[in-house]
Amino acid sequence: MRAKKRAIWQVLMLFTVVAIAAGITGCPPQQQPDDTLPPDMTPDGLQPQGEPIKIGAIFALTGPASSLGEPEGETARMLQDQINAEGGIDGRPIEILIRDTKGDETEGLAVTRELIDRENVVAIIGPSRSGTTLGIIETIQQAEIPLVACAAASKITDPVKEWVFVTPQNDADAVARIYGYLNAEGINKIALMTSSDGYGIAGLEQHQVQAGQAGLEIVANEEFTDKDTDMTAQLTKIKGTDAGAVICWGIGPAPALIAKQMNQLGLTMPLIQSHGVANKRFIEAAGDQAEGVILPAGKLLVAEQLPDDDPQKELLVTYAQQFEERYGKEADTFGGHAWDAVMLVVNAIRENGAEPAQIREGLENTTDFVGIGGTFNFSAESHYGLSPEAFVMVRIENGDWTLIQ
Amino acid sequence: MAAVEERQAPREPANEAEAMAHRRRMQKVQLGVFLIIVAVLPLVLQAMRPNDYRYYLHILVFIGLNLILATGLNLLMGYAGQVSLGHAAFYGLGAYTSGILTARYGWNPWAAMLAALVLTCFVAWLVGKPALRLKGHYLAMATLGVGIIVAVVIRQWTSLTGGSAGLLQIPSMTLFGFEFKSNMDTHYYYFVWAFVMLLTIIFANLVQSRPGRALRALHDSELAAQTLGVDTAGFKVRAFVVSAAYASIAGTLYAHSSMRFLSPTPFDFHTSIALLVMVVLGGQGTLWGPVVGAVTITFINETLRPYTNYDIVVYGLLLMILMIVMPGGLARGLAALWNWLLDRFSRSSQGEQQ
Repeated sequence: MRAKKRAIWQVLMLFTVVAIAAGITGCPPQQQPDDTLPPDMTPDGLQPQGEPIKIGAIFALTGPASSLGEPEGETARMLQDQINAEGGIDGRPIEILIRDTKGDETEGLAVTRELIDRENVVAIIGPSRSGTTLGIIETIQQAEIPLVACAAASKITDPVKEWVFVTPQNDADAVARIYGYLNAEGINKIALMTSSDGYGIAGLEQHQVQAGQAGLEIVANEEFTDKDTDMTAQLTKIKGTDAGAVICWGIGPAPALIAKQMNQLGLTMPLIQSHGVANKRFIEAAGDQAEGVILPAGKLLVAEQLPDDDPQKELLVTYAQQFEERYGKEADTFGGHAWDAVMLVVNAIRENGAEPAQIREGLENTTDFVGIGGTFNFSAESHYGLSPEAFVMVRIENGDWTLIQ
Repeated sequence: MAAVEERQAPREPANEAEAMAHRRRMQKVQLGVFLIIVAVLPLVLQAMRPNDYRYYLHILVFIGLNLILATGLNLLMGYAGQVSLGHAAFYGLGAYTSGILTARYGWNPWAAMLAALVLTCFVAWLVGKPALRLKGHYLAMATLGVGIIVAVVIRQWTSLTGGSAGLLQIPSMTLFGFEFKSNMDTHYYYFVWAFVMLLTIIFANLVQSRPGRALRALHDSELAAQTLGVDTAGFKVRAFVVSAAYASIAGTLYAHSSMRFLSPTPFDFHTSIALLVMVVLGGQGTLWGPVVGAVTITFINETLRPYTNYDIVVYGLLLMILMIVMPGGLARGLAALWNWLLDRFSRSSQGEQQ
């Protein structure tokens, strides 16, 4: 009798487990709560009618890469409201469903599947990080949903993936822009300081590929890690060479340290940093020692200083103003990547239609699209739409960015 | 709960051998039911939610991987009484060995899986052999170290692993010429869950066998086990190696899953902790604990996703409450709860008859 009862409950317990599993399937479609979004700002008269066009957005809103994902998510929300306030796309409102990848590959894949299968989005923008992006490419390609990524690794679009596009400027163009500057300045010997992380390694590769073509000689090639607290060994070696400039490729606090220690060691040649430090935090970290540092950067940083005939100027100034008005903080490059991604998709829908295949085709045929990151020209051969002209060279003067004309 | 157990005690079958035979029979029934559920679940999903069943299949594949990892860890924690704080390292070793051998050197995925298994077991043995000779939780410290070392190697040895940029173009699994195209319908689900079933059955048999009993004796009292002639250090090392082998298999399956891409983040310290939580929450030392744990944690993660910034807080609270209410884990807690309800019910019906 007892044994029978035991048997019954044990089997029933298994069913409880299954019930929990089945509970997942019973979940209603998730609503994305907007934690920072003020109530709908759409004026009543312009409310677009019709079924909304659903676009997925996946960013690292939390986790170690949240400094990228946060402005991206905010920009996407701002654009959604702006577009709907202006009457949507051909009378249909757009709905941008924002999901958090936490900067994690498995999480990124799960939200991608959710957006594709459950929400039936017609396109996806993001992710913020290269790793997360590479992790979902397989899924995107099989699901045949266009993806406009906000991550920069060259592997994402090289070789070309049918359904994958990117918005950020890549390392190759940053290096090309720096070399253009060095050639103009008549400098032909350079010393490299690259970090040993993914970012530094990708940069180093580009330098090694391009230096010869640009007529430059790499006279020193030193490495550092993000956690290094002393760079004197590497810098002393560089001091012993006849390099005309030091080029540093890294992100985080280490590049600021290099700027400091170069001054301490009396290295007087110009220090050129990568676009990875094109944010105020670098200037704060390096303090006075940041003065005179030169770097390639997106035009957003020096929007006000651009010549009036620059096609991007008006857009950049407006975006910066709107972002600051709404969120009370400065717009940055990452938000710009999201702006480009959203608007490229919106543009493709307007030009070509709102089905995934139509959007993909529309994206691929996009030419002379003026965005935040630069002027985009996609083609079947290249899903990276920018050129070295997307960068400008800036110098840090008086704790701020100054455009080098 | 203690009162409940007391009440049960006298009604246990008197003969210990009989009880054991009974438990084994029950376990066979349970495994059979589990197998049926696993087999029909995709069909049910497909019928119930034709539009987004792929999303659930995707989640189920990852539950399966976590289940393998948690089952392996359960052997170590629930039976050998040792804690591993670096299980993600073995997971990573399995994944990266398979990934590198197949993507860079064109190995057959099955051969790569075997190679990964051998390598992981060897590393586990190397770590476990000295650490487990000592009494106490030295293994926890050692595995913590291994976890960090493996994570650093994966990140820094870029020429081999691809570093933070990741390892790309890992081929799909094939079996008799059939390619398990990872995202195509139910194929990969069945592939992963076939492994889950196989490994769960192996686990169930292992813990019922002589080594399993030795491990449980050791878990309760190392000294007592020793006096009974159990080679405690030897059994602990073996349990540890087997548990690492489970992690390695899960790693291989991950590498060939729908990403076909590897990067260092899933093999970080936080995965090791998540696994610990699954095992403890589910109920260590029980066959179904890891199942309940892996399903519950994934379920909680999925439902909490919309609460972007607060999910961590809710998650923590849930864990706290569950552990306070059911310190032996969900599997035991639910079983006890069920027993209690059944008891209540039978009593009240008896009362009515009188």
